[in-house]
Amino acid sequence: MPYESFLIAGLLLPFVGGCVAALLPTNARNAEAWLAGTVALIILALLASAYPRIVDGGVIRFTVEWIPDLGLDLSLRMDGFAWMFSTLITGIGFLVVLYARYYMSPSDPAPRFFSFLLAFMGAMLGIVLSGNLIQLVFFWELTSLFSFLLIGYWHQNAQARDGARIALIITSAGGLCLFAGVLIVGHIVGSYDLDRVLASGEAIRAHRLYVPGLVLVLLGALTKSAQFPFHFWLPQAMAAPTPVSAYLHSATMVKAGVFLLIRLWPAMGGTQEWLWLVGSAGLITFILGAFFAVFQQDLKGLLAYSTISHLGLITLLTGLDTPLGQVAAIFHIMNHATFKASLFMAAGIIDHECGTRDIRRLSGLWRSMPITASLAMVAAAAMAGVPLLNGFLSKEMFFAETIEVHDNSIVDQALPYAVTLASMFTVAYSLRFIRDVFFGPASTELPRTPHEPPFLMRLPAELLVVACLIIGIVPAMTIGPILHAAVRAVLGSTLPKYSLAVWHGFTPELLMSIVAMAGGVAVYFALRPYLLSGIEGPPVLRHINGRRIFERVLVTVSWRFARWLENILGTKRLQTQLQLLAVFALMAGLLPLPVRWAVTDYGSASGFDPVFALLWAVGVSCALGAAYQAKFHRVAALMLLGGAGLVTCISFIWLSAPDLALTQLVVETVTTVLLLLGLRWLPRRIEKISPTERSAGTIRWRRSLDFVIAACAGVGLATLAYVTMVRPAPDSISRFFVENAYTQGGGANIVNVILVDFRGFDTLGEITVLGVVALTVYALLRRFRPAPESIPIPEQQQAQNVYDDRHPDRQKGDTLKDAMATPALMMALLFPVIGVTALFFLLRGHDLPGGGFVAGITMAVAFIVQYMARGTIWVEAHLRVLPVRWMGVGLLMAGGTGIAAWLFSRPFLTSYFSYVETPVIGSIPLASALLFDISVFSLVVGATVLMLIALAHQSMRSHRTPQAREARTREAAPMKPAK
Amino acid sequence: MSAIFLTWSLGLAKIFLALAMGIAAFRVLRGPRAQDRVAGLDALYVNAMLLALTFGIAAGDTLYFEAALIIALLGFVGTVAFAKFLLRGEVIE
Repeated sequence: MPYESFLIAGLLLPFVGGCVAALLPTNARNAEAWLAGTVALIILALLASAYPRIVDGGVIRFTVEWIPDLGLDLSLRMDGFAWMFSTLITGIGFLVVLYARYYMSPSDPAPRFFSFLLAFMGAMLGIVLSGNLIQLVFFWELTSLFSFLLIGYWHQNAQARDGARIALIITSAGGLCLFAGVLIVGHIVGSYDLDRVLASGEAIRAHRLYVPGLVLVLLGALTKSAQFPFHFWLPQAMAAPTPVSAYLHSATMVKAGVFLLIRLWPAMGGTQEWLWLVGSAGLITFILGAFFAVFQQDLKGLLAYSTISHLGLITLLTGLDTPLGQVAAIFHIMNHATFKASLFMAAGIIDHECGTRDIRRLSGLWRSMPITASLAMVAAAAMAGVPLLNGFLSKEMFFAETIEVHDNSIVDQALPYAVTLASMFTVAYSLRFIRDVFFGPASTELPRTPHEPPFLMRLPAELLVVACLIIGIVPAMTIGPILHAAVRAVLGSTLPKYSLAVWHGFTPELLMSIVAMAGGVAVYFALRPYLLSGIEGPPVLRHINGRRIFERVLVTVSWRFARWLENILGTKRLQTQLQLLAVFALMAGLLPLPVRWAVTDYGSASGFDPVFALLWAVGVSCALGAAYQAKFHRVAALMLLGGAGLVTCISFIWLSAPDLALTQLVVETVTTVLLLLGLRWLPRRIEKISPTERSAGTIRWRRSLDFVIAACAGVGLATLAYVTMVRPAPDSISRFFVENAYTQGGGANIVNVILVDFRGFDTLGEITVLGVVALTVYALLRRFRPAPESIPIPEQQQAQNVYDDRHPDRQKGDTLKDAMATPALMMALLFPVIGVTALFFLLRGHDLPGGGFVAGITMAVAFIVQYMARGTIWVEAHLRVLPVRWMGVGLLMAGGTGIAAWLFSRPFLTSYFSYVETPVIGSIPLASALLFDISVFSLVVGATVLMLIALAHQSMRSHRTPQAREARTREAAPMKPAK
Repeated sequence: MSAIFLTWSLGLAKIFLALAMGIAAFRVLRGPRAQDRVAGLDALYVNAMLLALTFGIAAGDTLYFEAALIIALLGFVGTVAFAKFLLRGEVIE
């Protein structure tokens, strides 16, 4: 049998099922339950068939290479321990699905619940089956995520949202710690493979990074298993639907932490650090959890604290650092899962049928729901550790283990007494659960009349309780082999002696059990007056609320601290920021100067040309003028900028870089239009500076300072550029490009070949960024709030409208129509001309100046010209411009041409070229890079047009202002027929 | 003979065109009205286009003509954008 493929099938099945479940209709509760149940049963069947392979210490492995260079594989590994956990996950998963079918109300959206539940099952299986630590952490975080989604299932409920958020923050932060810890372990071992990690325990313990690694791993495990001081997320998580609490927060997910502890014990355990860290966390949690549980008034709250306490017990067992401790821990994991899941189900039934789970309001339910009551009683008795039930057996093992001497410290000597005390509280809350809910006078004033639930809703709890009984009475025959296989998988072939008998004779641990029972009953009756007073939580300690402390820390860190930092470092003034930026850049530029102050070779400026000098005089004066006018006359500054840009382009042409000149020219044009579009929305310049704020002297001082900074930066940059340019260029990678562009890339235009071929992956990233930027601009502008003075339509338009209104033979907008009559026609005719130019640049770009980018911007200009000529409304009524679609097509095509290389088993983005003979034109060079170039073209067109149009659409605002709307209604009013 | 003639005339053309650009730039710098500046910028563009053409003739390379084509096409767009802005207060309405 190919068991190996069973593993991957079993892991994938829940995820596939989850995807299918998400697609079913909202009210398909039955179909969802069938689907989820079938998935769980199939995996159970697979597990059952694999049992013979693992029972004798066998391990089933499945490995697929993922990143072999980094030693990372997708690796699945199932031994007895993982088998036991998988069976627990799927078995209880199946019962929970059945239960949830009846628990969830028809108005709850079923697909969301069942798909998350299935996906969680897959993630949990992923944790236990991972043969690789990194992969384990991945699934670990996945369970945190699905736990978050399931706790917040009723997201209309604020408590559910808060609980989900707290759980996510705590467990995923723990997951990050675990990741760091795993990296350290992997660094020590040299591999993330679980088998190798488990085999190198000696090396790990001896390494100097052992303690940091251990602490990080423990942070992960203890947060997940809700151990002190991270326990408080679990009670908050009880806002989840009860099936989720039964499944995630008692039976499986919270066990992931102890799973990891037991799993890694052979590699990381056996030291004083382990004993103290794990043991003390477990002991404190065990005692505190049991103590708090007694005082809960909410049924699920009681069960949550009891879960915390039992998890503490398991952690303590692991922390005791003995093989026998691990045996007892594994055994108690199974037992706790069975009785706690059934108790949660019982609590859910009570909530479902009575409408409340407040212990203060519940009483005497024995009469109305006897079967549920018996189930809950047996399960609670198992929780308390009553003989002939499974809880008793593992409790006995636990007591026996605490009596053993470990390091003989005071804590070690006090341990048996401490755990007996905590067990008293365990008995007390179990008793409280039974007595306060099911006995006493029949409760009145319940929101619903209590009655027995449907048979199938009770069935899962019944099956679990039967399991408690059978394991409790004949342990060796039922659970014995499974426990043996699991223990053997963890501890190897040298097994400690342990016995699964119900009766061991009169032993100290039996005495401890008896004391705990009797003490528990006494504690319960002693605390009864306090409990009946209706106060939630234990005396004194209830004021120390872990959750409140956590939230206060969160608020301080994420809000107050942020505000404080903003106050100190932030500034709302752009000028200050720009000044800082410029000064910083200047300093960074000056930094290397002292080291190599003397630039020896200033080169020689050869060949003075009067025309070129004249050109530059024009350019420099334009640039200076732009800088001068920027403050006083923005439009003029923009025009001067255009002049300086033009001279730059001409310089490029002069220095024979025609493709640079091309690109610069089109960019220049688009930038001018873009800035002009933005200019309309800039707030007006504040002419006067209030004299109270600053005196004329400080203003002059500030301005001269700004001038000095600007001059220094400008002159410095110019010098740097000059010095760089006049020196001989070092031998760089460019020679490779020059030599290989034609032979390997099939293009004579080296720049283009670099862009679409040699560095195609860069270009892919760049166009993606461009797309993201365009979408961001679009999204930001949707929420744009202009300065109040720029909201009304511009003065010119107002004046022209007044003029049109005054003359009876004119209509509104005639001035514009008259003025634009000829230009608009010319601009409309320009559309095909610019379009053809763009196409020309695109097609020949591979060999001669041009390419997708230039062509794209040129095409975008063609669109913009139409917008300028006719206005937004006319253009969008006549021309379907879909910039987002252009972008999407571009990105998809770029990715597609890259992936297409895989079809020919070449690396991503490998290009291909050849010559095609055509009848009239002759031989045409054709490269697959052209396709890539076309996608660049498409994306650039889309992104540029999207940004410009998003800005242009702001002008439509003026039609939506209150005044405009009012005017429109006034115009429309007389047209209405009078009634 | 014709080669000398071409060299001289091209050299002179370049100088005159550069001078023309300087004069146009002066208009852009001085104004006084915004309309004067736009007209100056347009003249600057036309002169730059012609300059690119003279380069092309001197070099005997068609690539310069494309640069001239782009300056002609897109320079017009810039001028129209400025004109529209001055006329209506916004470029696209």
